[in-house]
Amino acid sequence: MLLIHCPYCNKKRPEVEFAYAGEAHIERPNGINQLTMTDEEWSNFMFIRNNIRGEHAERWWHNSGCNMFFNAIRNTQTDKFIMTYKMGENLPTEKQIKAAKK
Amino acid sequence: MKNFRSKKGSVINEEETIKFSFDGNEFSGFKGDTLSSALLANGIHLVGRSFKYHRPRGILSAGSEEPNAIITFDRGEGKITPNVRATTLEIFNRLQSFSQNSYPNLKFDIGAFNNVFSIFFPAGFYNKTFMWPKSFWDKVYEPFIRNLAGLGPAPLSEDTDNYASCYGHCETLIIGSGPAGIAAALAASQTEGRVILVDEQSEIGGSLLSSSNKKIDNLSSEQWLSKALNTLKKSNNVKLMTRTTAIGYWHDNFVALSERLTDHLSQVPEGSAREQLHRIRARRVILAQGAIERPLVFNGNDRPGIMLSNAAQTYLNKYGVRVGDNISVFTSHDSAYETAFEMCDAKVNVSVIIDLRKEVNADLLAEANSRGIEVHLNSSISRTYGKLRINAFEVYSPIQNKKFIVKCDALIMSGGWTPSLHLWSHSKGSIKWDKSISAYIPDKANENVCCIGACNGNFGIEKALNEGNSVFNNNKKYVVQEQSFGSGVVLNTIPNYLKKEKQKAFVDFQNDVTEKDISLAVQEGFKSIEHVKRYTTNGMATDQGKTSNLNALEIASREVGRSIEKVGLTTFRPPYTPTTFGTFVGYRDKELFDPVRKTPIDDWAVTNSAVFEPVGLWRRARFFPKNKENMDQAVARECKSTRDSLGIFDASTLGKIEIVGPDATKFMNLMYSTSWTSLKVGNCRYGLMLGEDGYIYDDGVVARIADDRYHVTTTTGGAPRVFRHMEDYLQTEFNDLDVWLTSTTEQWAVIALNGPHARDILEPLIKDIDLSADSFPHMSIREGNICGIPTRLFRVSFTGELGFEINVPSNYGLALWKILMTEGAKYRITPYGTETMHVLRAEKGYIIVGQDTDGTVTPFDAGLGWAVAKKKKDFVGMRSLKRKDLVNGVRKQLVGLLTEDPLTVLAEGSQIVINPKQPKPMKMLGHVTSSYWSECLGKSIAMAVIEDGFNLMGTDIYIPMPEDTIKAKVCKPIFYDPEGKRIHV
Ligand SMILES: [Zn+2]
Repeated sequence: MLLIHCPYCNKKRPEVEFAYAGEAHIERPNGINQLTMTDEEWSNFMFIRNNIRGEHAERWWHNSGCNMFFNAIRNTQTDKFIMTYKMGENLPTEKQIKAAKK
Repeated sequence: MKNFRSKKGSVINEEETIKFSFDGNEFSGFKGDTLSSALLANGIHLVGRSFKYHRPRGILSAGSEEPNAIITFDRGEGKITPNVRATTLEIFNRLQSFSQNSYPNLKFDIGAFNNVFSIFFPAGFYNKTFMWPKSFWDKVYEPFIRNLAGLGPAPLSEDTDNYASCYGHCETLIIGSGPAGIAAALAASQTEGRVILVDEQSEIGGSLLSSSNKKIDNLSSEQWLSKALNTLKKSNNVKLMTRTTAIGYWHDNFVALSERLTDHLSQVPEGSAREQLHRIRARRVILAQGAIERPLVFNGNDRPGIMLSNAAQTYLNKYGVRVGDNISVFTSHDSAYETAFEMCDAKVNVSVIIDLRKEVNADLLAEANSRGIEVHLNSSISRTYGKLRINAFEVYSPIQNKKFIVKCDALIMSGGWTPSLHLWSHSKGSIKWDKSISAYIPDKANENVCCIGACNGNFGIEKALNEGNSVFNNNKKYVVQEQSFGSGVVLNTIPNYLKKEKQKAFVDFQNDVTEKDISLAVQEGFKSIEHVKRYTTNGMATDQGKTSNLNALEIASREVGRSIEKVGLTTFRPPYTPTTFGTFVGYRDKELFDPVRKTPIDDWAVTNSAVFEPVGLWRRARFFPKNKENMDQAVARECKSTRDSLGIFDASTLGKIEIVGPDATKFMNLMYSTSWTSLKVGNCRYGLMLGEDGYIYDDGVVARIADDRYHVTTTTGGAPRVFRHMEDYLQTEFNDLDVWLTSTTEQWAVIALNGPHARDILEPLIKDIDLSADSFPHMSIREGNICGIPTRLFRVSFTGELGFEINVPSNYGLALWKILMTEGAKYRITPYGTETMHVLRAEKGYIIVGQDTDGTVTPFDAGLGWAVAKKKKDFVGMRSLKRKDLVNGVRKQLVGLLTEDPLTVLAEGSQIVINPKQPKPMKMLGHVTSSYWSECLGKSIAMAVIEDGFNLMGTDIYIPMPEDTIKAKVCKPIFYDPEGKRIHV
């Protein structure tokens, strides 16, 4: 069972306290922008995901803890978390990910 | 009876005699014996029948890898445990043990006919045989498979034992207490951190207990072990755990240990737990699991009396038991020679060593010679003899094409060693093929873990000690005087002059998989080892192929014609050894197993004979039968009384969320398709929530308590996911909004009053709210007090009658319910349950999300287009509703159905066709979502989703059932008081 660092609690807590919440950094277009999107563009936003083998930016929810959603870089091959960060922060650069691995 | 005890075993206490029984016969052994060592001491090898062919089987090993000696034991009072390995079960007084898979008895077993007809049980037998004809399934195949399935008998009575569980933390967790594990623990004991050393056996020591005395640093290995144990016991930071199996290894060094606390005791202390699960989080894990000896795959290798060489050595040294009086050896590895010599030295007659190799170390040959043991190199065993125990075998020398018979009462074998990679593999460490030992060894770690000793491919005591020591950069060097561990060869086929079809060479003893089966699987096209495993079931028994995986791999590799590294190893999965359900359940037993979530009014429902049903995680009253009514009768009465006078319903399970903040209305507008801007304080509105995909997600009545405060209700089952859905959007998409969400489901008890007298009962109880229709109309909310209890009083209705939902703080729920029951007597107040609630709402065509919708229904499909705001600039699901296929496509739409015969009640879920005479397969238009007998209308009513249903109003449709085809007419889904007069009184 993984230990996951919640960036809001600033604590490592066991996996059972958390729930996976899909790929990160997919921004919902607002209502006005939605109307200019074709059906295909809209379905890309809705349904198409990267399904990365390796380092994946994804959302997690500390549901049995502080109730906050946050983002993480996790390796989907080893299942290991490389880093977690708060909602709203930018996607980490390769350099930052590399640094987090150390 | 003859006694096979030769000397004092390292774990045997001869002062303490233990009486036990096996298949009803009384035996005795000593404290320290396992069931298998005690049986062998009494000269018994035959302990079971095999799974598929019911062949007589003996004890193969001396550890948890045992595939054959699987027994059932009884601890009295019906405490029966099946499928236990006799090699790990410690005997205790009054232990009753039984062989499995044998009827009427072990020596004469009827199931053995399978052996005679084994030609009909090839690999993939199940897949091939039980396919057709379909009609055979119930009467022929299933009973047959059920008969074959499983090993021992399942216990018939409840498990009355206690099981414990706990968490633990340490810096160093060492698994396996052989020389490697002990040396690591000694080194770790000098560090600051906490150390846990675990071993599945009853004593610390591992292979030190089963080999003859060696010299370690000028001490005898016995002295060295007791000194090491002393040191460890005195170290404050070291915890020693025996009878404890590391059953699984998960991410971030999370290891589950199963500790057996009482199964070895004759007298179990009152109240003590039988087993304890330890969930350990370790900074570093050190695996010292050792290695498992491989059997040789030769014709007739499964006869009782044929045993692994290391097992025979263990029985001799650890338990003082010789496994026979006239022993022969069959080997391809040096290590069997050590066993042979130790046997000889213990005055057991060892007549021959049959060695598959052309050449063997001259020292070994000289030693054999000096003990008078004949060694036949480049030789093989082609047959074995003896019905219930081996009494002879045929030696075959392929070079000279020579055959001869050797008599024996036990044959010990060694096909080399397989490092135990089980836990390493659980931790997702990678493995690599080591040619020099013909085995997989650990490669790259995926956790903070390392393997030491034999499980890392480093055999021999000295290497194990030094590798254990070096883990902590300790400079100390151990020196051990021991015979070199030596080497061996691994053959993927054992020479035999008999044709392969005539041979029965077992690979997986527990699942009765032979060499032939694996060849056949490959011939039939199964090239991947994972497929071969599943087709032949090799390695899929309770022993997970501990003795068979590598042999199967060698044979598969030979048949596929690819090197072993290319064929790959099958995956090991937890648990390492079979584990009782009790261990996993721990304290979460009985009422804690699946806790019942009750409403504050549940007690009253229990006393008033409610019949309950689970809804979401709740227990809800389904109906309240009176005078032996059945459900239909009770529901008819409850419906009638509610519509005629007054019904009372416990609606406390409704999900509730308090939405508060300056931006509450903005947030509500985004989360619901409904518009909230125009909702006045004190009013309620039906809220429809969509997923971003445009389909109905949830619904419920929402009350505006203040400008910045909403009291939201959700469906009972949907409460947690709606809350999550809202939090997700609030935190990640609409995070500029100043809003707080609080789940208040359990804070409010909700009592629904419905019926013409709903107002009459409340009037005398509420002083500070004007209940008149004018000042408190349908779909509004008032705050006040009822019987002195603060309340949020909703005037809403899910029945179509005049209705109120009284929200009071949960603690007052039961008291208020009781007052209402008393006050309501004059209106014949009738408590009703969820079933009546369903009927009453269906009579009005109110939908239940999840019953009348299924995640592919839009508001327009459900006839709820009015609940989608036209002018809003944004809400979740808005864009999806505009997708072309949702706008223009042919949609399934929610309609009502009335059966031609009003007495016929349709089955929910049944399929609908327009023309019942069309050829099969018919075109299905949709299905029935809700269907009930309506007592108030005197006819059956139903709701359904039907393709293009809105355009089929008045059309006849058909519901084909197994017995007949039912005709019904499509109508609007509202059956009772369509004008809605009753609700507004
Ligand atoms: Zn947190």
